[in-house]
Amino acid sequence: MSEERQVPEAEFRSYYGRPILKVTRWKEPHLPAYLFLGELSGAAAVLAAAAAATRRPALARSGRLIAAAAAYGGAGFLTAELGRPERFVNMLRVAKPTSPMSMGSWILAAHSGLVSAAAASEVTGQLPVLGAAAGLAASVTGPLLATYPGVLLANTAVPAWHTAYRELPLLFAGGAMTAAGAGGLAVSACRADRTDFDAARRLALAGAVMESAAGFGLERLHGLSGEPYRQGNSGNLLRTARFLTIGGAAATLAARRSRIAAGAAAALLTAGGVCAKFAVLRAGVASARDPRYVVAAQRGGA
Amino acid sequence: MNSDCIVIAGSNMAECHPVAFQWVVEAKRRGATIIHVDPRFTRTSALADLHVPNRVGGDVVFLGALINHVLSGGHEFREYVTAYTNAADILPEEYVDAEDGAGLFSGYDPATRSYDNATWRPTGERDLTLSHPRCVFQVLKRHFARYTPERVQRACGISPQDFSRIAATLVSCSGRERTTAWVYAVGWTQHTTGVQHIRTAAILQLLLGNMGRPGGGILALRGHASIQGSTDIPTLFDLLPGYLPMPRPDDVSLERYLTRIPDTGFWGNKRSYLVSLLKAWFGDAATAENDFCFGALPRISGDHGTYRTVLDMIEGKIKGYFLWGQNPAVGSAGARLQRLAMAKLSWLVVRDLTVIESAAFWKNSPEIATGELRTDQIGTEVFFIPAASHVEKGGTFTNTQRMLQWHHKALDPPADARSDLWFAYHLGKRIRARLAGSTAARDRGLLNLTWEYPESGEEAEPAAEAVLQEVNGRGPDGRLLSGFAELKGDGSTACGCWIYSGCFAGGVNQTARRRPHTEQSWVAPEWGWAWPANRRILYNRASADPAGRPWSEAKAYVWWDAEAGQWTGHDVPDFERGKPPDFVPEPGAAGPAALGGADPFIMQRDGKGALFVSAGLADGPLPTHYEPAESPLVNALYKQDDSPVAKSYPDHPATHNQLGGAAVYPFVVTTYRLTEHHTAGGMSRTLSRLAELQPELFCEVSPSLAALRGLENGGWATIITARAAIEARVLVTRRVRPLRIPGEGVIHQIGLPYHWGSEGMVTGDTVNDLLPFVVDPNVFIQESKVATCDVKPGRRPRGPALTDLVMRYRREAGLEEDR
Amino acid sequence: MKHQASVASRLYGRLDDVSGEAGYAEHPPRVGFFTDTSVCIGCKACEVACKEWNALPDPDAGVLKLSGESYDNTSALGASSWRHVAFIEQGPLDAGAPAAGGLSPADVLGPALAGLASPDSVAPATRWLMASDVCKHCTHAACLDVCPTGALVRTEFGTVIVQSDVCNGCAYCVSACPFGVIDRREDDGRAWKCTMCYDRLRGGMEPACAKACPTDSIQFGPLDELRVTAAARVQELHASGVTDARLYGADPDDGIGGAGAFFLLLDEPEVYGLPPNPVVTTKDLPAMWKWAGGAAALLVAGVAAAFAGRRP
Ligand SMILES: Nc1nc2c(c(=O)[nH]1)N[C@H]1C(S)=C(S)[C@@H](COP(=O)(O)OP(=O)(O)OC[C@H]3O[C@@H](n4cnc5c(=O)[nH]c(N)nc54)[C@H](O)[C@@H]3O)O[C@H]1N2
Ligand SMILES: Nc1nc2c(c(=O)[nH]1)N[C@H]1C(S)=C(S)[C@@H](COP(=O)(O)OP(=O)(O)OC[C@H]3O[C@@H](n4cnc5c(=O)[nH]c(N)nc54)[C@H](O)[C@@H]3O)O[C@H]1N2
Ligand code: SF4
Ligand code: SF4
Ligand code: SF4
Ligand code: SF4
Ligand code: SF4
Ligand SMILES: [Mo]
Repeated sequence: MSEERQVPEAEFRSYYGRPILKVTRWKEPHLPAYLFLGELSGAAAVLAAAAAATRRPALARSGRLIAAAAAYGGAGFLTAELGRPERFVNMLRVAKPTSPMSMGSWILAAHSGLVSAAAASEVTGQLPVLGAAAGLAASVTGPLLATYPGVLLANTAVPAWHTAYRELPLLFAGGAMTAAGAGGLAVSACRADRTDFDAARRLALAGAVMESAAGFGLERLHGLSGEPYRQGNSGNLLRTARFLTIGGAAATLAARRSRIAAGAAAALLTAGGVCAKFAVLRAGVASARDPRYVVAAQRGGA
Repeated sequence: MNSDCIVIAGSNMAECHPVAFQWVVEAKRRGATIIHVDPRFTRTSALADLHVPNRVGGDVVFLGALINHVLSGGHEFREYVTAYTNAADILPEEYVDAEDGAGLFSGYDPATRSYDNATWRPTGERDLTLSHPRCVFQVLKRHFARYTPERVQRACGISPQDFSRIAATLVSCSGRERTTAWVYAVGWTQHTTGVQHIRTAAILQLLLGNMGRPGGGILALRGHASIQGSTDIPTLFDLLPGYLPMPRPDDVSLERYLTRIPDTGFWGNKRSYLVSLLKAWFGDAATAENDFCFGALPRISGDHGTYRTVLDMIEGKIKGYFLWGQNPAVGSAGARLQRLAMAKLSWLVVRDLTVIESAAFWKNSPEIATGELRTDQIGTEVFFIPAASHVEKGGTFTNTQRMLQWHHKALDPPADARSDLWFAYHLGKRIRARLAGSTAARDRGLLNLTWEYPESGEEAEPAAEAVLQEVNGRGPDGRLLSGFAELKGDGSTACGCWIYSGCFAGGVNQTARRRPHTEQSWVAPEWGWAWPANRRILYNRASADPAGRPWSEAKAYVWWDAEAGQWTGHDVPDFERGKPPDFVPEPGAAGPAALGGADPFIMQRDGKGALFVSAGLADGPLPTHYEPAESPLVNALYKQDDSPVAKSYPDHPATHNQLGGAAVYPFVVTTYRLTEHHTAGGMSRTLSRLAELQPELFCEVSPSLAALRGLENGGWATIITARAAIEARVLVTRRVRPLRIPGEGVIHQIGLPYHWGSEGMVTGDTVNDLLPFVVDPNVFIQESKVATCDVKPGRRPRGPALTDLVMRYRREAGLEEDR
Repeated sequence: MKHQASVASRLYGRLDDVSGEAGYAEHPPRVGFFTDTSVCIGCKACEVACKEWNALPDPDAGVLKLSGESYDNTSALGASSWRHVAFIEQGPLDAGAPAAGGLSPADVLGPALAGLASPDSVAPATRWLMASDVCKHCTHAACLDVCPTGALVRTEFGTVIVQSDVCNGCAYCVSACPFGVIDRREDDGRAWKCTMCYDRLRGGMEPACAKACPTDSIQFGPLDELRVTAAARVQELHASGVTDARLYGADPDDGIGGAGAFFLLLDEPEVYGLPPNPVVTTKDLPAMWKWAGGAAALLVAGVAAAFAGRRP
């Protein structure tokens, strides 16, 4: 795809400065919360499966519980986001490949089922084999749950989202790793024995690097469409998110020795991840609200 | 649709007549040039090829200059002018034109502010070479010589370039092969010189040969759905149905009355029109012996127009008032006075669809807010009587094209609402029941009325079709007449309105015909029914040359078929069918027989198009430019500044010193309509669908006036005249342009749509509070298109402070005498 | 453009039989609107007719306010305004004054008009463009593509409608529509837009807005025929010197596969509040999934790597 050209201000014309697109009806904190919890649940499930496979029972247990809790929390926010929450079931009326939300709903449904089975088995100790199998299966749905929102957002007319269809999944994948890692860190901060949690720390670090890189990628994005990631409230949020994430990463380095550091790292990383989700929503809103973005993207991209 | 050029001036056709405007759009598609002359760039201008902004009230200069252009360039359609107009008439030596009278014609009496037209009557001689110095043609030339493009620029702010473009287009789109149509509405009429605007256009169209021909003419766009109908069968105080004048006190007998109407032309059959009308009204009681009850008709002794009536109310001369489908508290000029007057009545009946301002003034008017009126001190008993709307009853509408169209009832009126017909009929029945047996002479008329119509349903709704049949007329055998030609003056026929005779011909409701245009000729005679005699173009004999041949193939419409020995064509010929083109009337002949075979204007005494009008006009035989009653400019043409005959009720205390000068009120304000609302708003501000489209009163100002007065788009402005102050939102728009007048500087015009009032879903100040009581002397229409004002940013004061603001301005303008 | 493979063509590109593609074996010809803005008189009869016919909800009387944007107080298409007439004032400004709508002249002046005509010059180049906007009933309708519930469907007439009993209000369509047409009504939580009067079409009637339009600015009919009419109209206007005339949404090879409701405009689309070159978002959907898949794989790889190290 070609780089979009910045359209000179003077030539720009619009209809009384009114938006060409409808500004998204998705609201705060629902959407950012859903994005965050979804990625957390997704990566936590993978983390749990890997921990189980590598015999880190404490980490596996934490992962499963986090995955289940986050999945429910996410589903809750998603439902609350709907215009008619009582019609959530309509999501599963059809399975529609062209609708990331449809795909996502199925993924979420499957994933929630799997992680709850895994978590239930974990808590009750019943049917461990099935629980393990569910946990393993959730390591397939989890990554998809974490990254599909990239498609969800990108598959819109919103310039800041659509043009970022490469970066967003990476941001969410990175965010997922960070979030799950941070989850592990948080649990570890409450525990005396933190040996199981080395992987979580490493995951958090890897995630932080990926998330920051993706965030940086968003800022560098194609001309005017990247502007909301650089400027204004959404730009500030994205930068703050990166500071938090990098700060969290730094704290992670000390988390092995210090519970306080672990706790701080978890908090900072989580805050960074949440902040990034807000940044993404607001960037989308900003780019839909100002017709310049639409016109520039379409004139330049032609 | 058949025009080569359409000039819309004094109307915002696209906004006020959108459905009719489709044909202008169609004409444009077919290649016609559309010109819009309007102070504002409107939705009509948007579709025009050329929009020319002008100063309100200057159109006589503009039109006069076009006449001058035609005459001085020899562009008139000479054959048409010579044969079909009174251009050849020779005027008496005593006649003094405004040209030589500093803007006044001979016969002016300043004491009565009126003319004696004795010196205007043609001598009876004619000069077909049009070269006699006193022939109408030459007088016309001299009269309009001072109407030059330079003066157009001075008076109208139209540049000479724009003017010459219009002039050239007109000339090239007129003549044998091509026709131009003029379209106007209340932008021309609502002036003290209203009638003169149309007169000037008529002269121009006659000179260019554009009358009585397809694609030509002057189209008066009428207002309310059936306002044409309510002039044909009038709600006007000075007319009877079919444009017969209302009797005066000195019309002691039928005979005497008839002498006031011309003997020749189609008015020559006046007796049959009037007698048939009296028979329709008074039935068997009307006999030759009792002058067909002519004595029972009311007499008018002077001005009983709506504005005079309001002043009479203020003076306590009028106790009771019926308002049927009118909302003067918002819609009439000087709305403040209208409300103050209604507060003086003993009783008021308002029949309307909703509780409009005129029914709620006693609790909600601005005067209550300022403390001028107090609800507990208003003695008026207001009866609000809900009316059925047009969809809730059957009946006809008569539209702009004189076409009657029947509309069927679609649903029952809600609750207590009844049709106006029901109300009038049952009111009449009850009054007659009360009077039954009375021997008082004054009750005879009422008791003699034919007052029986078939009733149906629980509500005893009278049959509207029966009324239409009465209007159509019946012969002695009760048979429905086929047209006014059948009317007799001996009392054997009855007809409620002679021009409508034929609308029920053959016992068929002709007005209900709806044959699609795809299934009939392009004139579409089988859609509805047009008066007279279903003619679609009046005076269409003029579409053929004196010998009866079409002027051109392209514009063929009606012509003489020598073989068949009759007139024929696409339309019903507006001429006696069998009268050959070379017919020469007997000397002394009366009625239609007095007109020759080449006299197309059959309603005129002489059958000629009147370039010069010797009788019937209050303001002179030729149109003359006068400034509006309130104007920032002095007359650029004559010493006589404003109309010498305009009625301004200066004698009345309520209107005393009502006009303000340009020093304190430097800007021009004009008022108009929006597509989204209807007149006083009772039918649009009450409906969410329309109310939301234009939710607030606004004023349209140019960017430079906005800069001058610090007005902000979307903010508030207060507009102040010598009568009142109102507030409006500001719409800063380049569609309103300041006019640069050489030697005078810049004229700023402010536009105000007048639809708002205190009731309904969306409310706002009443624009008509701003306007004076000044009317045209011929038809008593108010000058609501122009006044002077000031404008300032911000909302108006509330309560008594509002009165203070108006008073402050008035004192500054020297209008308030020190007390 | 070459006809693409069937799966891809569902997402993007030319598609000659939308109804057939949507699974209607037998179906009437695709219908649509040609809105010729050069004859629009801004009467808003279309807006009113639409609201009446579809019984759209009333506004709250208390909040009605003048927009200050010419004669447009509807402002945009929305869940309860399925037709919207735009008003664009163009023309010379007198010196140093603010423009309508508080915009600079450059915002609203066409390049062709800027700098023309002072207040007293000949034939000032004032224009007042009016255009009645509506749902485009896209060949590739992003709203329909993304709807997770199947509430948005293609009809046998080739139009796009919402089934309000199915819609759960997820508002995905709202962000997907490249024209900003469809919106969610916050009180009932459902998405709404023009149905092209599906009920009337079923009854053999033309849509209410087209029926009400006095100047035939809104022309309704089989899309193929309308495209021919429109092309001829552009020619006609060009021949008469209106060189600004152009079609918008008429090209079946454009980013949305051509609109079912297309327009004749007299200026750039963005002047009317329309996107200049909309592309259905699903055009990039395969690529999007690829990137999401890749990211998911990276996630798995990241986790694996995190666990790969020796346990401390
Ligand atoms: N939507 C809608 N339609 C209506 C009505 C309505 O209220 N709403 N009312 C109906 C009625 S009752 C009537 S009478 C008709 C009126 O129909 P129109 O006469 O077409 O309507 P107006 O808006 O009053 O004004 C006409 C135009 O005259 C211009 N004008 C004012 N003074 C002058 C002047 O001196 N010279 C020239 N050349 N132009 C001038 C004004 O700027 C305005 O644009 O409309 C009818 N149709
Ligand atoms: N400043 C300014 N003032 C003007 C004008 C202007 O251009 N500028 N124009 C003037 C003109 S041309 C006109 S026509 C007047 C209009 O002024 P009005 O006639 O006073 O105003 P409308 O609102 O038309 O009033 C008609 C009323 O009739 C009611 N109605 C409708 N149908 C029926 C029915 O079947 N029966 C009954 N009983 N009632 C019915 C409606 O609800 C409405 O309230 O305004 C005049 N005033
Ligand atoms: S409101 Fe009625 S009369 Fe006026 S233009 Fe529309 S259809 Fe004609
Ligand atoms: S314009 Fe928008 S709402 Fe209409 S069909 Fe296209 S994508 Fe859907
Ligand atoms: S809001 Fe309704 S119509 Fe729109 S995508 Fe969601 S379910 Fe479909
Ligand atoms: S087609 Fe029907 S639903 Fe669509 S805008 Fe027109 S009237 Fe409204
Ligand atoms: S009805 Fe027709 S002319 Fe009127 S605004 Fe709508 S599209 Fe324009
Ligand atoms: Mo009127």
